[in-house]
Amino acid sequence: MKRHLLEAADLDRADATLVLDTAAQIDQALAGREVKKLPTLRGRTVVNLFYEDSTRTRISFELAAKRLSADVINFSAKGSSVSKGESLKDTALTLEAMGADAIVVRHSASGAPHRLANWVRGSVVNAGDGTHEHPTQALLDAYTIRHRLGRLDGVRVAIVGDVLHSRVARSNVWLLTTLGAEVTLVAPPTLLPVGVGSWPVGVSYDLDAVLPKADAVMMLRVQAERMNASFFPSAREYSRRYGLDARRMAALPDEAIVMHPGPMNRGMEIAADVADSVRSTIVEQVGNGVSVRMAVLYLLLGGSTR
Amino acid sequence: MAGSPEPAASRTSTAGVLLAPADVARVVDRMAHQLIEKAGEQLPDLVLVGIPTRGAPLARRLAARVAAFSGTAVDVGTVDITLYRDDLRMRGVRALEDTVLPAQGIDGRLVVLVDDVLFSGRSVRAALDALRDLGRPRTVQLAVLVDRGHRELPIRADYVGKNVPTSRAQQVRVHLAETDGTDEVLVTEEGSRA
Repeated sequence: MKRHLLEAADLDRADATLVLDTAAQIDQALAGREVKKLPTLRGRTVVNLFYEDSTRTRISFELAAKRLSADVINFSAKGSSVSKGESLKDTALTLEAMGADAIVVRHSASGAPHRLANWVRGSVVNAGDGTHEHPTQALLDAYTIRHRLGRLDGVRVAIVGDVLHSRVARSNVWLLTTLGAEVTLVAPPTLLPVGVGSWPVGVSYDLDAVLPKADAVMMLRVQAERMNASFFPSAREYSRRYGLDARRMAALPDEAIVMHPGPMNRGMEIAADVADSVRSTIVEQVGNGVSVRMAVLYLLLGGSTR
Repeated sequence: MAGSPEPAASRTSTAGVLLAPADVARVVDRMAHQLIEKAGEQLPDLVLVGIPTRGAPLARRLAARVAAFSGTAVDVGTVDITLYRDDLRMRGVRALEDTVLPAQGIDGRLVVLVDDVLFSGRSVRAALDALRDLGRPRTVQLAVLVDRGHRELPIRADYVGKNVPTSRAQQVRVHLAETDGTDEVLVTEEGSRA
């Protein structure tokens, strides 16, 4: 394993498999226990440095670090010296001086974790940077697929929706193809990135054509906060062409699963009855996120230091 | 913790065979008899918990022999101690192994930890910590195939297959059919090996 986890491409197949196997073992070790706590990272400090709003990722990282007995410091840009104009670098050096062994960072600027990694001696974990990457989300998605379907090699995954703005989609494309899955991106042409032709994926504009051949469908959130131009005519039209409703779900193969990284827009990209169906892994994904992040923190921090 | 699987290379140096396959079987049989004798009426409460890697198959073997000699089936489990080790910083991260406990758990039962080699005692300490998080056994005992001395903690074994005085420079390697293809215990002189 490298010292940092900045993007899904930091993980080769062996490393990615090690993370998933470790997460599975942690799951197994903690299953049915009253004390869901391990002493592994006692005395280590993990800082959650969040420049962007987040509920599940921050809580998930916090819980993961606490279950490994690390000390956790939560830092959000609101109400900190960032609002007084402190730069990312100065903030990072301050945290470093206080002895942070790992910095989990979310930032609205793509590439911010990479910059951070050059400034600090501890490990940096990317918890989402702009429209670039969100590697631990991809790991938990891969974990969920493997857990449900028993394998990743040859699994056909459709990633549907706002690929253009989605760091989840980017990380999943790289990680899932590294692990042998076949990824197809499904989106209106306006919501696909320009360079998508060079990615190792299939591309389709027609959801109905892809669904019968998908083992897993990953619905992406329509990111209203990043919709600063007319990417599609109306929410209603988007929903009709790219939303997953019960009728479309019926076209999936019997074993196929429906995924969503959350937060969901019910009725927009995913219908409520689909989100709550037995095929849906949405709640499971959240639970798996804690185990996967524990595995990442253990593998990055558990070993010899510096 | 004593033997990493690298059979052929290590045997070329001054490897002494401590236990041959037949000896291993005999020692396991004797330990099974001792377990039965010492457990007495508590035998149905017995849980043999192996410490991976080689403690796990050893626990299964002991359980099979106890069942064969006494007619009482005993539960088996494994507890991975990697996340409880106190030397992670020195040794680096490792892949985790299985933690499996019997369905009834270990609360109020007679738990016997099983490992291949007892050396510093640190593995056992980690296993005791792990057990504490998994339940509250009435009694915890320790069974090891080889006790090679050099304890760094106040820990002793209740059942010992073979006591072997060693120097710190020596290595004791336990090979089991389940993990290494053959049953044997070797002592090698490998001072230079990390």
